[in-house]
Amino acid sequence: MRAAVKLSLLCVTGESVIAQIVIDRVSHHYRPRHGRDVLALDQVSLDIAEREFIALLGPSGCGKSTLLYLLGGFLPTQSGNISVDSKPVKGPGPDRGIVFQHFALFPWKTVRQNVAYGLEKQGMPKDERDRRAKEYIALVGLQGFEDSYPSQLSGGMKQRAAIARTLAIDPSILLMDEPFGALDAQTRSLMQSELLALWRRSPKTVLFVTHDVQEAVYLAERVVVMSARPGRVKAIVDTRLDHTDPALFKSRVFIDKVDEIWNLVRDEALKAQTETSG
Amino acid sequence: MKSASRYLPLVLLALAWEAVSRLGLVSELALPPLSHVIRAAIDLVKSGELLKNGAASLYRGMAGLALAVVIGGVLGILMAWWRPLRAIVNPAVEMFYPMPKSALIPVTALWLGFGDASKILLIFLGCMLPVTLGAYNGARGCERVLIWSARSMGASRWRVLWDVVVPCALPEMLNGIRTALALSFVLLVSAELIVAQSGFGYLIGFLGEGGTYDAMFAVVLTVAFLGFVADRIYQWIMQRVLRWQE
Repeated sequence: MRAAVKLSLLCVTGESVIAQIVIDRVSHHYRPRHGRDVLALDQVSLDIAEREFIALLGPSGCGKSTLLYLLGGFLPTQSGNISVDSKPVKGPGPDRGIVFQHFALFPWKTVRQNVAYGLEKQGMPKDERDRRAKEYIALVGLQGFEDSYPSQLSGGMKQRAAIARTLAIDPSILLMDEPFGALDAQTRSLMQSELLALWRRSPKTVLFVTHDVQEAVYLAERVVVMSARPGRVKAIVDTRLDHTDPALFKSRVFIDKVDEIWNLVRDEALKAQTETSG
Repeated sequence: MKSASRYLPLVLLALAWEAVSRLGLVSELALPPLSHVIRAAIDLVKSGELLKNGAASLYRGMAGLALAVVIGGVLGILMAWWRPLRAIVNPAVEMFYPMPKSALIPVTALWLGFGDASKILLIFLGCMLPVTLGAYNGARGCERVLIWSARSMGASRWRVLWDVVVPCALPEMLNGIRTALALSFVLLVSAELIVAQSGFGYLIGFLGEGGTYDAMFAVVLTVAFLGFVADRIYQWIMQRVLRWQE
């Protein structure tokens, strides 16, 4: 049913009525204090449907995080338009939750206080806040660590706490900026399947920034491949696979998808490399 | 017990003090035996002189330091938050920072007289910059992702200042306050030595001029001891406040 809706979306040309997020010809410059302007994004357009899981993939410096920050409203839109639910993005809001690579937990707050923070800002009464914080801490498997400070947790546990904090305020869009990039390989693959399970249980629109091709293919329904600086949309690859298949990683279709996308990314990675070393 | 044994060298130093003075290796005028100094201290407490002057010094020190912490802390955080303020205040901070603040003793006396107010102003001016710089550096070091996180969860810009920037600035600001605390003792006693009618510094000067050196040493030791105790208490508080750090 949902697949049919999405298919129709992909066929619609021009102005889409179904897209939840519309990114329309967005360009972005960085202006370093010294040196020349850097064009990070060049005329990027992208439509994203509600509850779709999108991976933004590209070499470092391709502007994929910048795009995420623009969508989050953390950076001002310089040119082009970004709208969410038909409203232009003007600053951050609780409809768009974000998870960062280095967790961004408040180090002076306990796990419970971190998770309850956003609820407090939403004006939720204390009792309900505590109940809901408990619920989300349990959801990410951190029971028993409610009163720990982030400095007392491992990397994986910190990211679980950060995800609980973001999910607790129930955003309709989840922005994830290389959320598993700072974790060791075992923890990362564990967190990937847990994220998928969470998403399947209560689907949200997810924008997942990564430079890991396997991760992108494993998690996303569509992979947006971006070019090296200046960032452009190079290709959009459909990656709807059977994620419930435990042998997915070894399946032909998975390996072919990874190969296909890797070929698209390789040129860009090489370009990015010569640019930074040159 | 273990922590107490750390101070064993001080006991040895006290014994050495008593010995060199008793054995006549050093003139009793230059260094009265420790036992005489302690007796003089007891006399000073009994007569009420030590408490009266101590209370005056304590009041000035606390008031000046409190002003420095509040105003200096707010200024430092706002400098980090708001660029125009930084542009205006920074040159003055850079100018004023390396200046020996004791040079302001006659200035504050000229403005506010020989009483409490001139000492409070001096301590405030002298102690403010370490607090300001600590708060400023701490607040500037606040990661933008922390601010963004709070904003995306619905905190307003001003709310973020209190919820995120202030706690970010706290560790460095508390270190700045520790420097300020030590500085406040220096400035207080110096100012009281020169222009005052009460206080530890006044008492040291008065006793020294009167030739009662054992009593003078008693006050000097009292000030040293209070400085040490104040720093220990402060460190204990700091550890409690920053218990979330690793």
